[in-house]
Amino acid sequence: MTRFVFFLPVIVFFALAVLLWQGLFLDTKALPSMLIDKPMPEFALTTVDGEEVTNVDLPDQIFLLNIWGSYCLPCLIEHPTFMRLAEEGEIPVVGVNYRDRQGLAVNWLGENGNPFEFSILDESGRFGIDLGVYGAPETYLVDSDGVIRYRHVSVLDESVWREEFIPAIAELRGGVSL
Amino acid sequence: MSKLNLFFCLFLVLLMFGNPRASVAQVDTFEFQTTEQQQRFRKLSDELRCPMCQNTNLSGSTGGVAQDLRREIHRMIVEGLTDVDIEEFMFDRYGDFIFYKPRFRAETAVLWFAPILFLLLGFAGGYIVWLKSKKSVDESESLDASQLNRLNDLLDSKQ
Repeated sequence: MTRFVFFLPVIVFFALAVLLWQGLFLDTKALPSMLIDKPMPEFALTTVDGEEVTNVDLPDQIFLLNIWGSYCLPCLIEHPTFMRLAEEGEIPVVGVNYRDRQGLAVNWLGENGNPFEFSILDESGRFGIDLGVYGAPETYLVDSDGVIRYRHVSVLDESVWREEFIPAIAELRGGVSL
Repeated sequence: MSKLNLFFCLFLVLLMFGNPRASVAQVDTFEFQTTEQQQRFRKLSDELRCPMCQNTNLSGSTGGVAQDLRREIHRMIVEGLTDVDIEEFMFDRYGDFIFYKPRFRAETAVLWFAPILFLLLGFAGGYIVWLKSKKSVDESESLDASQLNRLNDLLDSKQ
């Protein structure tokens, strides 16, 4: 017993060390979303092309909601992945043009290609607040009932697609019939 | 060297009393109907944390989302919402992270109670150590009858 008490500080030290060591590798930049398993917030806005959109216009199947802006360099890095997804018809992608200017957004899509079904124009960032967005790029996975099921913060490249989105989509497709 | 150390320590102590918020507040041109509203705006944007920059409050952040959230706080204050309503609005969208002082909930109970728990553990540990040292002192200082006899013999033989 006394031996155990003698070693107790050492045991506590190592337990703490392991705990704190793991903490070093936590991604503190990626905050959990409050909107997981909640319906997409209501909106009545226009697209980048000037057409009116509301929740009714969203795809009635599983889709991605990508927050982007013409000023956003990481968006350019993930852009090829969304182009591929759109070309191969793997999943519809809806854009949210976040805190941008309409003209700049149209130019950006013209220059780099447009993988989006449509892009919701959110110049003021107000819709972004309802989504809990804190900076482009972010990508939400929304199910066929319009419920947000997953959020990825920062670049969604091919490896993120493979490791995070394919399993999440497979789970959704397995759980609920499309 | 020790003088230098002393000055350094004094400097650190002075830093502790500084108000980091005062020097970095962003200037917005919001208009309020009353000074009370303005004070509430200042208090809220001081106490809420910028989700993008992470170690800055809303009032000190140049980040886009912080600008937008300050605008929303202003809108809600002018529309007559209470501080509780505004905090609820922020919580629904950004969660506990937005508060520098997290709300007391089941998920945050550990945050609130851990310091008290550690303090009590520390006191308990200290008390045990103190008890033990007291006990060992008592034991080493008091002599039993045969030890006392031997001591007296030794003292006698010296004389």
